[in-house]
Amino acid sequence: METKSIMIVGVGGQGSLLASKLLGRLLVDEGYDVKVSEVHGMSQRGGSVVTYVRFGDKVYSPIITEGEADIIISFEKLEAARYAKYLKKDGLVVVNTQQIDPMPVIIGAAQYPEEVLTELTDKGLNVEAMDALSLAIQAGSPKAVNIVLMGRAAKQFDIPYERWITAIENTVAERFVEMNKKAFDLGYNY
Amino acid sequence: MKKLLIGNQAVACGLYDGGLGVVSSYPGTPSTEITEFLSKYDDIHSEWAPNEKVACEVAYGASLAGARSSCAMKHVGLNVAADPLFTLSYTGVNGGMVICVADDPAMHSSQNEQDSRHYAIASKVPMLEPADSQEAYTFAKTAFELSEKYDTPVILRMCTRIAHSQSIVEFSEKVPAVIKDYEKNPDKYIMMPAKAMKRHPFVEERMGLLTELAEDCMYNTVEYNSDEIGIITSGCSYLYVKEVMGDSASILKIGMPNPLPVKLIKDFASKVKKLYVIEELDPVIENHVRALGIDVIGKEKFSILGEFSQQTIAEAFGMNDKVGVSADSVIPPRPPMMCAGCPHRGMFYVLSKNKITVHGDIGCYTLGAVAPLNALDSTLCMGASISGLHGYNVARGEETEKKSVAVIGDSTFMHSGMTGLVNISYNATNSTVIILDNSITGMTGHQQNPTTGYNIKGEIAAKVDLEALCKALGINRVRVVDPYDLKACETAVKEELAVAEPSVIISRRPCVLLKSVKAKPSLNVDADKCKSCKRCMGLGCPAISLKDGKAKIDNTLCVGCGVCKQLCAFDAII
Repeated sequence: METKSIMIVGVGGQGSLLASKLLGRLLVDEGYDVKVSEVHGMSQRGGSVVTYVRFGDKVYSPIITEGEADIIISFEKLEAARYAKYLKKDGLVVVNTQQIDPMPVIIGAAQYPEEVLTELTDKGLNVEAMDALSLAIQAGSPKAVNIVLMGRAAKQFDIPYERWITAIENTVAERFVEMNKKAFDLGYNY
Repeated sequence: MKKLLIGNQAVACGLYDGGLGVVSSYPGTPSTEITEFLSKYDDIHSEWAPNEKVACEVAYGASLAGARSSCAMKHVGLNVAADPLFTLSYTGVNGGMVICVADDPAMHSSQNEQDSRHYAIASKVPMLEPADSQEAYTFAKTAFELSEKYDTPVILRMCTRIAHSQSIVEFSEKVPAVIKDYEKNPDKYIMMPAKAMKRHPFVEERMGLLTELAEDCMYNTVEYNSDEIGIITSGCSYLYVKEVMGDSASILKIGMPNPLPVKLIKDFASKVKKLYVIEELDPVIENHVRALGIDVIGKEKFSILGEFSQQTIAEAFGMNDKVGVSADSVIPPRPPMMCAGCPHRGMFYVLSKNKITVHGDIGCYTLGAVAPLNALDSTLCMGASISGLHGYNVARGEETEKKSVAVIGDSTFMHSGMTGLVNISYNATNSTVIILDNSITGMTGHQQNPTTGYNIKGEIAAKVDLEALCKALGINRVRVVDPYDLKACETAVKEELAVAEPSVIISRRPCVLLKSVKAKPSLNVDADKCKSCKRCMGLGCPAISLKDGKAKIDNTLCVGCGVCKQLCAFDAII
């Protein structure tokens, strides 16, 4: 099997670590060779963050470059646009429509391109936008945005629903399992 | 057993399974997790030392005592530990000793892009360089045998991509931790001229033996696939090469970058028509190959700057067929910034408002440099804020003493700020030093330090009293302020700058991300009262933005610190 490349992007503090942990563990259990790569440290302080997940028979590089990603899971609109060039021609962007202003926008030094997702669609990119924040709140916590989006992206994998649920049970702290299962379900059946 | 582990955890497991007894480190991205993971084992000793030199010397002492030992640090940390390293090369070890160092090409979280391989060469110490988590585990584990067999410390070189990438690790049997006998041996362990003179030939002889090892060892491997193209590579560059070239090129993978093999390289080069060296950062392997009189393509095609990727390799060989699509709109950058409620913000606001020259240091508070605060004038290395301020004031005199300060965190002050402060009192400048005491080592992800009162395991430990310490170092004026209180900060800064003697202001409030810190209810803006003066925007708080010309507070981010409220002249923030 050819190596598949998944990018998880967002703003530092949005919970991309849990999403990649869940996905990584699940893929190992499914018997794939897996590499997960993320950068810690300064970029985590509210900056743009990216995690690479790659799996297949044999994975060499832990990172993903332009035109390579099968799926980009974005926790925020602007970040989807920032990393769109990493998407393969027939790839898919699953994006939370939430807008988080970066500091240059907050202080008026730059403008937030509000219609950027439409722009990407117009360029032929396959973009699935969803209000994952509302669904996360519905599930019980605004922090569950990550799992809602994983739920939406899960259909792109050749892995049965039940295995994802088991992976959530194995990854998430016990008291958050039910809430995260609900969040996953809301994303999966969106 | 197979597990998905980040490289740093794999190193920790490898060291532990290799019989480690003692580890001492100072945190630094991307090396921190090695020691954090080791601290979870209760049958070994682990600790955070105040700096890398101390950590390295602790590991040396433990080795002398007969234990297998280690210390871990980031690349610039090895600069601090360089002093013990160079002479450790002469003394050699008793118990095996592994120095883990993590380079940061592309500077994800660092102030420079230095290549640690130069240290291995200069100190004449063997270095191992893994390319994934499995190798990180195996290399760390076997490094102890290498260390004891050749009587030398061994450097294990990681880089960000290997340290923070997860890949699958298969474990092997643990070597029991034993303590070897200690025997007094002045000729080996007392490095004074007459004795060191006798040890130097041993070091040279050892390098010869290690070079022989490099010719035929598990660390350096050859894949013969083609007689057209041969590539010598190492670490993560190997992964990118394999991703692009697969089995279409011959590859000599170097897992031991010091000392480099000679015969192996000559032999490999003779079997291919075109030879490339693909390595990140400096041309270390390339220079060695050229010195052997072999023609090679290296840095003219593969940059000395930053990180590589499979794209770098594909483009260099004209094989890149992947193109992405971008939006036409300008995508504004999203730089890292101080968190909402960060205790550093209030003090930086005051310094920026009063146009103070600020000598910065290494930590979260380096982010005081970014807009809109733009509070910093310089940042060099750990501790340089204080010594740099003194030099600046010595050169310019009273004129700057009244307008300049140093800012340094609690952990960085313990690391190497204290000695600079002694210099200020001893050599007498009327300098003002601000210790930003957030009661934790912040940027690296919350490690304890000697000022927090807890050790690496979270157990209660001796707590350095910063006020008493500064006084003991010769500073008579030491005062504490709460950085959430802007008026108090401003008064303290103005008064301490005005007096004709050195002073320390401790700006004290715990990091807002600490679990022990409870957030207050979010503040809100009364839009009717907001006059759009944008004064609160000057704080650069991520929770405050402008919507329809009025300030708006994001309730999911605001922790109710109240600093913005103090700035609002119209009582619009409630």
